Amino acid sequence: MITAEHIYEWLSTVTDPEVPVLTILDLGIVRDVQVTEENGQTTATIFITPTYSGCPAMDVISMQIRMVLLSKGISKVNIENQLSPAWTTDWMSEEGKRKLNEYGIAPPYRKSTNALGLFEDDNVPCPRCGSDNTELTSQFAATACKSLYKCNSCHEPFEHFKCH
Amino acid sequence: MKELLKYTLQLADNALILGHRISEWCGHGPVLEQDIALTNTALDHLGQARSFYQYAAEQFNALPVSEKEHFFTSSAIQSIIKDGKQVDEDDLAYLRDGWDFRNTLLVEQPNKDWAYTIIRSFFYDVFNFFFYTELQKSTDVTLSAIAEKSLKEVTYHLRWSSEWVIRLGDGTDESAQRINEAIANRWQFTGELLTMSEAEKAVATSGIGVDLEKIKTLWKERVAAVFAEANLDVPANGWMHQGGKEGKHSEHLGYILAELQFVQRAYPNMQW
Repeated sequence: MITAEHIYEWLSTVTDPEVPVLTILDLGIVRDVQVTEENGQTTATIFITPTYSGCPAMDVISMQIRMVLLSKGISKVNIENQLSPAWTTDWMSEEGKRKLNEYGIAPPYRKSTNALGLFEDDNVPCPRCGSDNTELTSQFAATACKSLYKCNSCHEPFEHFKCH
Repeated sequence: MKELLKYTLQLADNALILGHRISEWCGHGPVLEQDIALTNTALDHLGQARSFYQYAAEQFNALPVSEKEHFFTSSAIQSIIKDGKQVDEDDLAYLRDGWDFRNTLLVEQPNKDWAYTIIRSFFYDVFNFFFYTELQKSTDVTLSAIAEKSLKEVTYHLRWSSEWVIRLGDGTDESAQRINEAIANRWQFTGELLTMSEAEKAVATSGIGVDLEKIKTLWKERVAAVFAEANLDVPANGWMHQGGKEGKHSEHLGYILAELQFVQRAYPNMQW
């Protein structure tokens, strides 16, 4: 019999297509898993929450979830989009933050949505050399979830998974 | 309730049209970082538009046929109803004609130069920030969930456009002259943001929609605070354009829709 624990284990192989070191469990976007069995047919319902409203990775992630679970013998996969409570980077796992840093992306530096005033800036530590002599280049980067920094010590640019 | 559907469409249309306008900068930004900032922002608006259109489609499909027939005038939507089919988010975005759109006139105004683009975003972002803050308290669970999600994104938009207003106002003589020209031309579209339409009044009374009177002062105070830091003067109230919320648009919306809808109209049901 397939249980929710099995499903979570399989979901831990699904990664974010734009930040491939993070699994969807590291990101905290899987909110709930329900499994029902009827006449030998297993139905799994996965509740996921989008990171950003327009994040194009969400469609790919939903498709990957479906593929993985179907390949494990689940007959029916429902994916429910849940908007509330809104996703926050506070849900990212410690393991996820460690992997991000190793990958060269600075993990979220603060809790939840950035409460900085205009022109204020955090000294996000550089994931390459560890220096905190860094500066913000742009609040927006190659994907909706990241901001762009440069390190004044090693002179390398880097991305920061921004607080949300 | 038809007022709720009108209201949902108004929110969706504002997000879609502003997102489309901002996306026109893609590949044309003055520097790469700002090009990316604009495309990120456009994507947030588009994502929010999708959530609202999905909800609007759900409400529209639940209407009795007699009401569906009279809700939109667009012939492409009429033929879907005639065929007994349901509409989806794409139909609402691609198949309605201009007079079925309920967005405010501000968001359809052209980008022109950087200053015009910044000031349009700034006026709208201040509104959007306080609007979503209030909409989180809506008795309608779908609207409050979309508001909660969107507010986080809008917080970043507002910070970005506020900083640019200050840079331009407090920058060089030329940047100050350009932002002042943009303010003088776009101010007349701000009154509509905070003036309630009949649909807005109806949903505000029932606790679903936002009472815009509540955010009017907040909007004025925030604009004044950023302008003060930017050495800019807040214009006198003056005459304000109205009509977008009732489907009466400036000529610009037609051009946006021609570009936005062309492929779907020329090749119906075409998919990527």
